[in-house]
Amino acid sequence: MATFTLHVNGKEYKSDVAADTPLLWVLRDHLGLLGTKYGCGISMCGACTVHQDGNPVRSCSLPVSAIKTSKITTIEGLSKDGDHPVQKAWDEVDVPQCGYCQAGQIMSAAALLKKNPKPTVEQIDNALYGNLCRCCSYHRIREAVQYASKKI
Amino acid sequence: MQVKKSNNMATLNKTSRRDFLKITSLTSGGLLLGFSWFDADAKMPSVITEGMVGNVEFNSYLSIGTDGIVTIFSPNPELGQNIKTSFPMIVAEELDADWNNVKVEQAPLDTKRFDRQVTGGSGAIPHSWKRLRTAGATAKYLLVAAAAKRWNVDAAECTTSDSFVIHSKTGNKLGYGELAEEASKIEVPADVPFKNRQDFKLIGSSPKNVENKNIITGKGVFGLDFYREGMVFAMIQRPPAFGTKIKSSDLTVAKAMPGIIDVVTFKNNVAVVGKSTWEVMKAKKALKVEYEKDGDIESTSDHDQLFVSLLNSGEGATVRRKDGDVETAFKNATKIIKSEFQSPFIAHNPMEPMNFFADVRSDGVELIGPTQTPAAARTNTAKLLGIPEDKISVTITRLGGGFGRRLKFDYVLEAAELSSIIKKPVKLMWSREDDMTGGSYRPAVRYRFEAALDAQGNLIGYKLRGVGINAGNCTREDNFPSAAVDNLLIDSIEHVSPITTGAWRAPTTNFLAFAEQSFIDEVAMAGGKDPIQFRLELLQKARLNPVGAVKYNIDRMETVIKTVAEKSGWGTKKGVSQGFSVYFSHASYVAQVCEVVMNAGKPLVKKIHAVCDCGEVINKSGALQQVMGAITDGYGHAMFSKITFKDGVPEQNNFNKYRLIRINEIPAIEVHFIDNGIDPTGLGEPALPPTGGAVANAIFKATGIRLRKQPFVEELSKRS
Repeated sequence: MATFTLHVNGKEYKSDVAADTPLLWVLRDHLGLLGTKYGCGISMCGACTVHQDGNPVRSCSLPVSAIKTSKITTIEGLSKDGDHPVQKAWDEVDVPQCGYCQAGQIMSAAALLKKNPKPTVEQIDNALYGNLCRCCSYHRIREAVQYASKKI
Repeated sequence: MQVKKSNNMATLNKTSRRDFLKITSLTSGGLLLGFSWFDADAKMPSVITEGMVGNVEFNSYLSIGTDGIVTIFSPNPELGQNIKTSFPMIVAEELDADWNNVKVEQAPLDTKRFDRQVTGGSGAIPHSWKRLRTAGATAKYLLVAAAAKRWNVDAAECTTSDSFVIHSKTGNKLGYGELAEEASKIEVPADVPFKNRQDFKLIGSSPKNVENKNIITGKGVFGLDFYREGMVFAMIQRPPAFGTKIKSSDLTVAKAMPGIIDVVTFKNNVAVVGKSTWEVMKAKKALKVEYEKDGDIESTSDHDQLFVSLLNSGEGATVRRKDGDVETAFKNATKIIKSEFQSPFIAHNPMEPMNFFADVRSDGVELIGPTQTPAAARTNTAKLLGIPEDKISVTITRLGGGFGRRLKFDYVLEAAELSSIIKKPVKLMWSREDDMTGGSYRPAVRYRFEAALDAQGNLIGYKLRGVGINAGNCTREDNFPSAAVDNLLIDSIEHVSPITTGAWRAPTTNFLAFAEQSFIDEVAMAGGKDPIQFRLELLQKARLNPVGAVKYNIDRMETVIKTVAEKSGWGTKKGVSQGFSVYFSHASYVAQVCEVVMNAGKPLVKKIHAVCDCGEVINKSGALQQVMGAITDGYGHAMFSKITFKDGVPEQNNFNKYRLIRINEIPAIEVHFIDNGIDPTGLGEPALPPTGGAVANAIFKATGIRLRKQPFVEELSKRS
């Protein structure tokens, strides 16, 4: 066990956990940030996607010791009140079915649009290929990214 | 899915009465209308006053507060089928309520009040439709009567809109909140008229999912998001192979690991209990457990052989339907077509894995989590622990997908039993590997179809034999083309295996439809007929000259077939290969045309047209989601997915080995609904079954390869 200082959503947290603890479980079990989801534990489903210095990463496979001074953003920190263009697009296009994977989808989409505000369908698919949606809301996920792209 | 008639719920028990008083005090000063949620013969709703509590005859309520907020109490678990949005829409429509002021509350399990607190079988809307309309229409009647009384005018002169009663002659206007208390003093009529569907404003429109905000901001609304001070975390190691049990175990290393509170064994479960999820996950990997044989140890290669031998021998076959004389028909046939089709086991894989919170205390049991069948979970927990049901509460969270997996309550019982052993509140979680290897799969099946044709290509005999592994009756003997063939024999054989199976979205039909619709295509072509025309001829035969009972609606099926032919431009497109399929399930009818183009020598599924008759569409946006999701789900699993076994062990245990469809693999989907005003029929499942057949038929047309086995990608790579 060691104490790690984490910068999450603009706040500083201290967490006393084993060095190999994945960021996902620090967020959920220790910081009470429940928007980031567990889906597979091996970076194959994307439900746990967060931003590390603006890049999308799978928090289920990122040990807390590797985070160091990098800045983490979770779905809770993407915007103050759910008003990030991608979140608004997700509501406008009415994407969620069960909703479990959607935080991860939104984080992947937000990271894409930050780097590439006008992606092609192929670029959207490449950026979101790693995010599974078992309800298969993929058509609307794609549509919502395009919608957000127009608003940015 | 059938609905049992409600018992007479004449009295509420003490706990319910207390709950109810809480409800009445919440809405004091407003209107509280009790009504019966599932009872087909239910009486009209009644206004509830505190004096009446204890002698009420309803199982739900609609309340209108003095602030104008309309609340309805919904019994059904929400897993993405969007009932939390659709239920209040039905009430608000009849009530003419301002949609922004209507809320739905998730009811906890209450078998005394609710008759069918289950999500499954695409049944929530069909079973709630009339009750919800009656509740809304009755409340509107009372509000209008209250306004008319206050203005001293005839109620017939008053109209309603957006939570207001309006007297057009004078321009007087009163809000529902202002009228609620007076309305509660007016006698409930014996009968209220429903709106004409031409006047619907909300029904058929697309209000957004009421949970969107919580979901897109990452609120902890799912079972796995439940945390409580003092609870412990647990995971279970179960036998890795079906047909094995624990022989010996060495738990010392795991017990000594950081954060581990205890490691306990019950039944064939070794449960690791700790202070955090990661510590439990790590200790679980350190368990040393040996297993020994406890039943048949089966591999997929064994099943492949078994399917063939049972199809040939017919040993243990149960006849499901027999019309005419098939033997003679096949003897007299000019042409006989015989084909076999096979589908593998697949897993449900909801994105939120199985989990449940349980707190077993001496004074009662608290269960909290995601379940499609809260009542069965409680009954079986009561049996397991020897605790009366009324000491057990079940709180239903939102479900991160279900697909039928959470109709089973094995994981609820595990949590309850573990809590009773360790005497602590515990959240039991399955890892993805536990979830994918833990059984309850869609059963593997193989079908043999045989058709006898006369010289004109008419279908004079039809045989279907299905062999399934723990699949029960793997046929739907009364579905089309039954009743359209003079001589027909349908039977099934079940092989009992230690590999557990369960209902998977559109049970049985999700693989049967692919096989049957592929075969009907083959038969049409063998008789030199257009596949759509051939089906229409069969339907005409069932209409004019039915053989035995007709258990499907010929007109509805015919309409979806003709409409999809028109919408897809059937047979008129160049450079595109089209495949057709139609299926009836959960009381709804869906026809599909799949379009395939060749791309670098390989078939590429470009588009699927779908026409659905699910009766009245409540929420258009949600309905489109259900249909597009179901088609993509059906397509993805037919193309890519399988669970295979080696010596009883599933060979796929996570998404690196089990292939699910991803965003870059989806075809375009175009959906049309038949606007016929029939009361709503099912929608969560019916669009899935036809997809595999439409895709396989289109691929055949494009490549000449008749797909006989799922997943299709494997067949295509072997045969092209």
